[in-house]
Amino acid sequence: MDNMTIIAAVSIFCAAFTTGFGCLGPALAEGRAVATALTSLAQQPDASATITRTLFVGLAMIESTAIYCFVLSMILIFANPFWNHVIAQTVGK
Amino acid sequence: MRLSPDEIIFWQLGFFKLNATIVFTWGLMVVLVAGSKLITRKLSTDLQRTRWQNLLEIVVTAIEKQIKDVGLSEPRKYLGFLGTLFLFVATASLCTVIPGYEPPTGSLSTTMALALCVLVAVPFFGIVDQGIGGYLKSYVEPTVIMLPFNIISEISRTLALAVRLFGNMMSGAMIIGILLTITPFIFPIVMTVLGLLTGMVQAYIFSILAAVYIAAATCKPKAKPEPAPKI
Repeated sequence: MDNMTIIAAVSIFCAAFTTGFGCLGPALAEGRAVATALTSLAQQPDASATITRTLFVGLAMIESTAIYCFVLSMILIFANPFWNHVIAQTVGK
Repeated sequence: MRLSPDEIIFWQLGFFKLNATIVFTWGLMVVLVAGSKLITRKLSTDLQRTRWQNLLEIVVTAIEKQIKDVGLSEPRKYLGFLGTLFLFVATASLCTVIPGYEPPTGSLSTTMALALCVLVAVPFFGIVDQGIGGYLKSYVEPTVIMLPFNIISEISRTLALAVRLFGNMMSGAMIIGILLTITPFIFPIVMTVLGLLTGMVQAYIFSILAAVYIAAATCKPKAKPEPAPKI
């Protein structure tokens, strides 16, 4: 395997694993958050406005970790700096 | 495949580029400013009102109520800044129903600029409310050891604000683009509707988080509780 193949293979695998494992944690966390919010909504329907707002903000916070992983994957696939470097070297030869 | 509307370039002169992000940002600004100016040109205070005035009043009072709920007791002071943030991000994502339009918030430079506005606004409102000494004291709040961590959190939450909005808007466009190649016609429309919902939620979250940060910077230190009366 030459350098180009190694870079391509590692980038693709890393992109897949980043999104895969990066979504695993936030998914579990969001499940817990929503379950707790539903329980407290059932116990105190009067506080629904506050609970919903806090839930939304919290969900966005949790989800942003998954979004970071997704952005990283997108960079690895579509805007990979190492890949561009290799391409530039190959063309420059 | 494009990662952001920065890469669509309409016109270029040497170093200066006129890309889609700038064009659509200015377009949105013109629509928002001209629309508000047109509607508020003749406001009425009696029972007869135009529909547009009703619409704007609903929007403004809703934003004001949300800001108040976060814990800022005088929402009028912060309405200009937070309301503008919300309206810009919301219209940027709602206009995606127009064909050929790319949301400017799908570019990291736009979202970073918005986040930098929040980074500057938080100390500004904090200093206006508590004075320089009071604001700077909030950095060493529990103990002096927390000083570096407080500064790191200022920077990291700015970055998080920017990347969150960018990632959400970019992923919406990206998913629709990928789905168009796999399952054309029906499914991308469903994802577009989902993208509208995501855009509204993100606009709400962006402004609410900014409000929360401002509320954390402006809240006065609580007065010590009265000592219990001795019996």
